[in-house]
Amino acid sequence: MKSLILIIVGSALIHNVVLNQFLGICSFLGVSKQIKASASLGVAVIFVITIASAVASLLYDYVLKPLGMDFMKTIVFILVIAALVQIVEMFLKKTAPAIYTALGIYLPLITTNCAVLGVALTNVQNGYNFIECVFSGFGTAVGYTLAIVLLASIRTRIREEDLPEPLRGAPIVLIAAALMSIAFMGFSSLAF
Amino acid sequence: MQIIIATTVVLALIGLVVGVGLVYAGKKFHVEVDERETAVRECLPGNNCGACGYAGCDAVAAAIARGEAPVNACPVGGAPVTEKIGAIMGVSAEAQEKKVAFVRCKGSCEVTHNQGNYIGIPDCRAAALSGLNVTDCDYGCLGFGSCVQVCPQHAIKVVDGVAVVDRRKCIGCGLCVKACPKGLIELMPESKHVAVQCSNKDRGPQVKKVCSAGCIGCMLCTRQCEVGAITVTNNLAHVEYESCVQCGKCAEKCPAKVITMPVRVEV
Repeated sequence: MKSLILIIVGSALIHNVVLNQFLGICSFLGVSKQIKASASLGVAVIFVITIASAVASLLYDYVLKPLGMDFMKTIVFILVIAALVQIVEMFLKKTAPAIYTALGIYLPLITTNCAVLGVALTNVQNGYNFIECVFSGFGTAVGYTLAIVLLASIRTRIREEDLPEPLRGAPIVLIAAALMSIAFMGFSSLAF
Repeated sequence: MQIIIATTVVLALIGLVVGVGLVYAGKKFHVEVDERETAVRECLPGNNCGACGYAGCDAVAAAIARGEAPVNACPVGGAPVTEKIGAIMGVSAEAQEKKVAFVRCKGSCEVTHNQGNYIGIPDCRAAALSGLNVTDCDYGCLGFGSCVQVCPQHAIKVVDGVAVVDRRKCIGCGLCVKACPKGLIELMPESKHVAVQCSNKDRGPQVKKVCSAGCIGCMLCTRQCEVGAITVTNNLAHVEYESCVQCGKCAEKCPAKVITMPVRVEV
């Protein structure tokens, strides 16, 4: 139990997927204009990454490793994750339209989020078992959501400020993201 | 060699399983989408401006297909889009003319006596909240351009302290109407040009004191109008665009020259 909590804290804060491992930067910068949109994306990411980690872990343990095909894991994971998101989307549309409309466009968008693949591969590299993979995936996604919601909040404040002309738009967002990344380095002292 | 073949076979098998799974899921979880919804969506402009009051073009297309929104729900597309959607929905298009925004104030720096004491955030809404004066006229344009900021087409410009709409660029979305804290902007049919360029509801002498281009409510225009399209309520003239025949007689007689034929302004 203790190790699972450590995995969640570690993947959410210490090895934050965006600010420490630099995965999923594209949606991190692209969808962080509004807090509401980024929170929706965050929820969708939590949903997808948790399921994807579980499936990838099962696939690796019971198909790829016994057959000695470790080296194919990247391709297999891409294939399976893409299909998985599609199926999950169809499933939600049919059975839970409320969740489907809430997640909206973000669900299919996540298929192309490298963070999802990144988590699946890191899990395997760390030699996690099934339960650990699920928790690690969940923690990572929580870290992603935390980062994107924080950046969205910063951006809504930045918009009110009177900035020098050259800094407006993308430059100030990159600076803010960089400062956030430095701030998150502080969590590395949590590592034990 | 063996490992290559094995890998290919396993990967192909995984691909097959995934593909079959997708097809099965597609059948099993198939949701009926109204095909009219897709067709309607294709007719819409796709700006997602939200002027219709729905969350983007997809949402309004769904509402039209369900019959909850009228076929002319999109104010931006105007008549051509309404016609196309009407054809899809099997409804004869209720003709709706394209509308454009019009600023009911003529109080430029020249004609008003600018003795405002407002110093603060250069924004109309902030200035209106402060309770201080920007110009002497309590009704007039503040000139900080809140409307300019919300306009998706950059069709509004503040010229000499008064917002002016470029009717060619205006798409009639009405965002500026909502943005103006003084309620100066209204939507008028694009084909009509006679309009009262003032919103001051004070009595004549009071108006004259603060602005030489204000409506003093003298009623001269109402007598000129042959079709009764112009009325004066609360000391302020207003043109009924539906019945106006655009003869321009009211504009000629107006002593303050506040009834204008708004022409296109180069922005």
